[in-house]
Amino acid sequence: MNINATIIGQAITFAILIWFTMKFVWPPLVAALEERARKIADGLAAAERGKQDLVLAERRSEEALNEAKAKAAEIIALSEKRRSEIIEEARLEAKAEADRVIAQSKSEVEQEVMRAKESLRDRVADLAVAGAEKILRREINAQAHSELLASIRTEL
Amino acid sequence: MSESAGNSTSEYIHHHLTNLQDGHGFWTFNLDTLITSALLGLLVVGLFAWVARKATSGVPGKLQAAVEMIFEMVQSQVRDTFHGDSGAVGPLALTIFVWVFVLNAMDLLPVDLVPMILGAFGVHHWKAVPTTDPNHTFAMSLTVFFLIYFYNIKAKKFGGFMHEVLTAPFGPKMAPFNLLFRLIEDLAKPVSLALRLFGNMYAGEMVFILIALLPFYLQWVLGAPWAIFHILIITLQAFIFMILTIIYLSMAHESH
Repeated sequence: MNINATIIGQAITFAILIWFTMKFVWPPLVAALEERARKIADGLAAAERGKQDLVLAERRSEEALNEAKAKAAEIIALSEKRRSEIIEEARLEAKAEADRVIAQSKSEVEQEVMRAKESLRDRVADLAVAGAEKILRREINAQAHSELLASIRTEL
Repeated sequence: MSESAGNSTSEYIHHHLTNLQDGHGFWTFNLDTLITSALLGLLVVGLFAWVARKATSGVPGKLQAAVEMIFEMVQSQVRDTFHGDSGAVGPLALTIFVWVFVLNAMDLLPVDLVPMILGAFGVHHWKAVPTTDPNHTFAMSLTVFFLIYFYNIKAKKFGGFMHEVLTAPFGPKMAPFNLLFRLIEDLAKPVSLALRLFGNMYAGEMVFILIALLPFYLQWVLGAPWAIFHILIITLQAFIFMILTIIYLSMAHESH
């Protein structure tokens, strides 16, 4: 065991080895490690982002649902209103129609009555004349009393 | 080169290739191998355990990301190669890869650094790289060898395993040859595993020692490229040991 200049030579060699390792071996290894760490970090961040997106989307869908519900309620209320309006309109229309029908039939009935009265008047006059003729045949001349008969007829 | 210079050169090499030993005969312990491998093993296990304890499922720090990448690399190798219930194979492969890697990495320290520091404390022999000790590589490969048999018998039961040994690949009529082939095949596995790692690391260490014998102002010319090249070697050897272990255990799991 003797210390000599060999130690200097070996130190130089070792220094070169360390330099080489620092320069060419270590950086790619560290780069690989950093790349790996970066990938994992990115993946975790993406997962976190996905989770947040999901929460946001859930909130949005809930909002949309509420909005739709409100809109539906509004539509229902509107249609309810419209329905009562339509019913009211129909009721009024029907009433008018009924009034019209009633008025028409009333006037028809009146006409019918008039017509019946007219024909009755004719028939009564005839009957009266016939009756009077039978009563008076024996003693009274029909022609002499025609003036009287005509006045009776107008009174009927 | 003079006689004394030659002596000191061979002394230097010899010195560097001598383990710190304790004991006699077979019952000798290479203390440097045991202590270095145990310390580095504990260090790495401690580091991984610490990272695992405070691991977050969020964005990982650099250390956690590094451990994760090693873990995923081993895991994907096991999944690609090993079919069925991998059980202990994943942890085994991870242990082998990381341990062999850190033990090999001791090779990158200057060959004189650790012996010199310990020399100052009166320790006169110290081989810093445990994987240049065949005791260590064989210990690992023999463990794998026993696991191969354990998995063979676990997967096929003893009868199925003996049937395979005696009938593959030539059929039942050639049973003795099948047995012989099987013995060679199975023995070649731990031997090749251990010797490949040991040979590579020993040769690398040897070259470092020889480079250290050059004049100090010339050492970096060869030393620096060899050290840089060695970054590749140590990783590759750790990877090969791991992947071959997975393959052997997967073969043990499947029938021929």
